[in-house]
Amino acid sequence: MRIAIASGKGGTGKTTLATNLAVVAAELGRQVAYVDCDVEEPNGHLFLHPTIARHAPVQVVTPQVLEDVCDGCGQCARVCLFSALVWLGQKPLVFPELCHGCAACVLACPKHAIVERPREVGVVETGSSGAVGFAQGRLTIGEAKSPPVVRAVRSAAPRVDWQIIDAPPGTSCPVVAAVRHCDLVILVTEPTPFGLHDLRLAVATMRRLGVPIAVVINRADVGDDRVDRYCAEEAIPVLLRIPDDRRVAEAYSRGELMVTAVPGMRAALRGLWERIEEQVANGTVAGGSQHANV
Amino acid sequence: MKELVIISGKGGTGKTSIAASFAVLAGNAVTADCDVDAADLHLVLAPQVQQRGGFRSGHEARIRTEDCGGCGVCARLCRFGAVGQQQGPDGAVTYAIDPLACEGCGLCARYCPQQAIDLKERDCGEWFVSETRCGPLVHASLDAAAENSGKLVSLVRDKARTVAKEGGRELIIVDGAPGIGCPVIASLTGATAVLIVTEPTVSGAHDLERVAAVARHFAVPAWVCVNKWDLNPGMTEQIEATVRRQGMQVAGRVRYDRDVTAAQVAARTIVEFTVNGAGGDVRALWLEMGRCLTV
Repeated sequence: MRIAIASGKGGTGKTTLATNLAVVAAELGRQVAYVDCDVEEPNGHLFLHPTIARHAPVQVVTPQVLEDVCDGCGQCARVCLFSALVWLGQKPLVFPELCHGCAACVLACPKHAIVERPREVGVVETGSSGAVGFAQGRLTIGEAKSPPVVRAVRSAAPRVDWQIIDAPPGTSCPVVAAVRHCDLVILVTEPTPFGLHDLRLAVATMRRLGVPIAVVINRADVGDDRVDRYCAEEAIPVLLRIPDDRRVAEAYSRGELMVTAVPGMRAALRGLWERIEEQVANGTVAGGSQHANV
Repeated sequence: MKELVIISGKGGTGKTSIAASFAVLAGNAVTADCDVDAADLHLVLAPQVQQRGGFRSGHEARIRTEDCGGCGVCARLCRFGAVGQQQGPDGAVTYAIDPLACEGCGLCARYCPQQAIDLKERDCGEWFVSETRCGPLVHASLDAAAENSGKLVSLVRDKARTVAKEGGRELIIVDGAPGIGCPVIASLTGATAVLIVTEPTVSGAHDLERVAAVARHFAVPAWVCVNKWDLNPGMTEQIEATVRRQGMQVAGRVRYDRDVTAAQVAARTIVEFTVNGAGGDVRALWLEMGRCLTV
């Protein structure tokens, strides 16, 4: 089963929830792995301190023009819809960071003057933290496109009963790559205007992808009740409310797990885990009445 | 014309609250919301939309089922696993494209022997030029699950520059995206200065390092502000020492203050909400950034 932890807004507590949930699931005897797909800013390792067993580069292919074979017909630049090959009078110039690796240029070249070369855009690391399996990806600084790294982490992640996927924030392509085909996506939000607005966007994205969703409200007592009302109207189950607690924020600041630093959190997250298993067992999410407080 | 970009690496560090406050304190600036994935400035600045337009980027392939011969050339050529097989009620095999996996390269359309595949431009979102109580705001909304948010960011920045030029405004305040990928790079390149908002947590420190490397990579001078600094004063000191060591400047500190959330709920900026606490800290931060931008 693949459970993704996502949010429209950043900083709502995705990584906190994903790491702590993985630890609690392992304590309950589940075979579980934490999979960090926030490859632009992967942070789960700061809390889980994994032992890394394997590093693997993530490569994409980009075209290389064999200058001595190229006769300058310009067909490659005409077929490239990403402007990754630009015609400069006599020869094409390649912009690797714009290339999607579709091979249109390779197939279009009548002289077979274009070959594909691997280019490293990131790295995937796998290992374990106690009983929790671990995988993370890291996008190389200056690279623009993270989805290939996200897909590489997911395919390298330990094949266990439960994968907990820490998704990047937002609603665009890196998020899509992280949550596609998951069995449940938990959207972490906070009860503020920004939290609600970004939750709406995230819900629209997840519905477009056809993945079942549920919500966890973090810092549940700081703002207003509009997030609750929205979830009720949309029949989205709220699986847990975590109250604002300076001890949680301080433990987080030091890189400590919430379940060990704050009394009561372990029981709360075990309850959450049980509700997640129920949601997944029930298949698609229907009702909106399950409520739980810490 | 100067462009101050506010980014954060890690999400949720208070970037948008600070950008909105700066817009109010500047009074005469153009503000651009380049966090197009999760644009929130409009929730505080209450824009009146003056001008709007569609944003199209890239392409999307679609197979006309009635013309599909079922040969499967498209599925074999597609590098993105976007072509799937389907069976009609009469048992005939045809192919269909998953729009969420299609990257719009057009290869399938070019090689389809039946010419049964159309390639059309993709609608990805909308941009707006608005008026607010503190000057013009350029913002956008990206469609759910859309790509190319970097291109939309570039479009928002271009519009902001045009608006600034037309109005004789000297400063553009840009609210950037979290992370280090394409929307961040598009927010950052060619800016006058970048203010990185971080927090005194292990994640904040880690993400600051990565986003600072991106700013260096694109040669944009960087200032750093630690928000909620009193959550972990020791970590704040460490972050500020690292910032100085790496040749960046410390712009200021903002304390942890529940009024920041209260202001947001009231749809005001923290500097309009109170002159005390975090409201005072953000004013001091603005004065420091103003000084840096005029030097």
